[in-house]
Amino acid sequence: MAEHDEYTIGQHLQSQGISRRAFLKFCTAMASALALPPSAALAMASELPGKRRPSVIYMSYQECTGCLESLTRSFSPTLENLMFNVMSLDYDDTLQAAAGFQAEQAREAAMKANWGKYLMIVDGAIPNANNGYCTAAGKSALDSIRETAKGAAAVVAVGTCAAFGGLPIANPNPTGATMVSDIVTDKPVINVPGCPPIPAVITGTLAHFLTFGKLPELDQLKRPIAFYGNTIHDRCYRRPFYDQGKFAKTFDDEGARNGWCLYELGCKGPTTYNACATVKWNGGTSFPIQSGHGCFGCSEPGFWDRGDLYKPLSAGLWHGNMAAELGTAAVAGIAIGGAAAMAARHRQDAHQKKETK
Amino acid sequence: MDLLTFARGPALQWSLIIFAVGMLWRLTGILLLRRKPDHSEPRHTGTWRGALKLIATRSVPKREFWATTAFGQIIGYVFHIGLVIVIFGFVPHILFIRSLTGLDWPGLPNSLIYLSGAITVAALIAVLIRRVSNPVLRMLSNFDDYFSWLVTTAPVVTGLLAVAHLGARYETLLAIHILSICLLLIWMPFGKLFHTVMIFVSRGTTGALFARKGAST
Repeated sequence: MAEHDEYTIGQHLQSQGISRRAFLKFCTAMASALALPPSAALAMASELPGKRRPSVIYMSYQECTGCLESLTRSFSPTLENLMFNVMSLDYDDTLQAAAGFQAEQAREAAMKANWGKYLMIVDGAIPNANNGYCTAAGKSALDSIRETAKGAAAVVAVGTCAAFGGLPIANPNPTGATMVSDIVTDKPVINVPGCPPIPAVITGTLAHFLTFGKLPELDQLKRPIAFYGNTIHDRCYRRPFYDQGKFAKTFDDEGARNGWCLYELGCKGPTTYNACATVKWNGGTSFPIQSGHGCFGCSEPGFWDRGDLYKPLSAGLWHGNMAAELGTAAVAGIAIGGAAAMAARHRQDAHQKKETK
Repeated sequence: MDLLTFARGPALQWSLIIFAVGMLWRLTGILLLRRKPDHSEPRHTGTWRGALKLIATRSVPKREFWATTAFGQIIGYVFHIGLVIVIFGFVPHILFIRSLTGLDWPGLPNSLIYLSGAITVAALIAVLIRRVSNPVLRMLSNFDDYFSWLVTTAPVVTGLLAVAHLGARYETLLAIHILSICLLLIWMPFGKLFHTVMIFVSRGTTGALFARKGAST
């Protein structure tokens, strides 16, 4: 790490044979992705080469490694990879060659050398029900995240599991899984949700932090507004079909073949904030809706537990047997109405008897 | 649980249960009431036809009263037709009804729904202005009238705000829209909005009586 710290990003890029032109293209793309003014690209281009590579500690807890796969499985060479290469990734138990004590020593050394300055990336939810869950190097996940977050400049919760609990927090949540922002309360936390998040969203967030020394503007769920400011529905290329009232009714009908709106098939695009429809995946090739499947809303809290993955957004979320409950309600209504009518008849009879007397 | 999940889940579920209990309670209570025995000789036997005829004819404005009732009748027609288009023509609404009943039918383009919604809101505002500015109507009006107006107008306004993304984030507006529908469902059996069902029952009963007596309708 100490060796890494001697080099600036510019020197590192030169050593990797990355041209100035490629770097400028990267800065422009990042500024554009973050919805920053054109001057920000220039700021990035002038600031980044002179900066020392920031130390990044990547901690994984209850996760499937999909987020890391997303980040690393980008086609090479990509802007995402480029950005990842200019970070000093000092600890990542999935990617690093070191294991056991050596790996833990690397993390501790990086923390010590960059105390208060390193960026901590957390991937996965944190089990809170039992210290025995998700233990690594003799430390529980809870102790591990608390210890590592102590010296971090900021914590980036990558993926929906880290940001909102994701699948581990879903009912019945046997591990008592919780999200990063519930554990780390004394450091800036930025959520980059998605199952998995888009690589450019992760690197864009990191680039912003590196260039401007602060986190980008966040929404109420601590997500960068530049990427999570619009719903997928609002940016979806199928939106005109929604407006025309043209919907696919099954995954293989004529509507589906014509690329009509997937709202009826349960697409959660209208309530999901993410950049999938604009940044897309695999180098801007496609995203779930483009491949014919509705949005799951994976970058929103509690998406798994709603139980409406294939239900239209306007359909009710029933708990229990709806037909039985409404049937019981109908029977109860008829019974009450019948009793009320009988009572009215009884009063009429009593009144009539009184008048006859 | 976020607001939208609450609105789509427990709020909608309980408001539908209250709606079902209330509607059948009121309807059964009225239909099972004892009627006065009619000992007269029936002039006609086609009471069902008379009932259906009166339901239809009473919906047609009378020429004799047109000069004085034209505004109220036109506005009434406008917002009722507008509500029907919005409720039964908008695809997300159809999908909601389908999730409850299994019934399905083709929807209308959103532009037509938005236009109908805007016209409906304008007509509902005109109805309210007429009610508060006309001294007789104002005297006849009570809490039920104003609250029924509010719970009818609120879903249309919140629905338009939701599609236009005005005032808050879409999911919040959608949740408020669904909650306003919950309020409408809860109030419908117990206020004047019960006329949605009773108009057919009362007109039909009158029509059947008239037919039995051989009166012209």
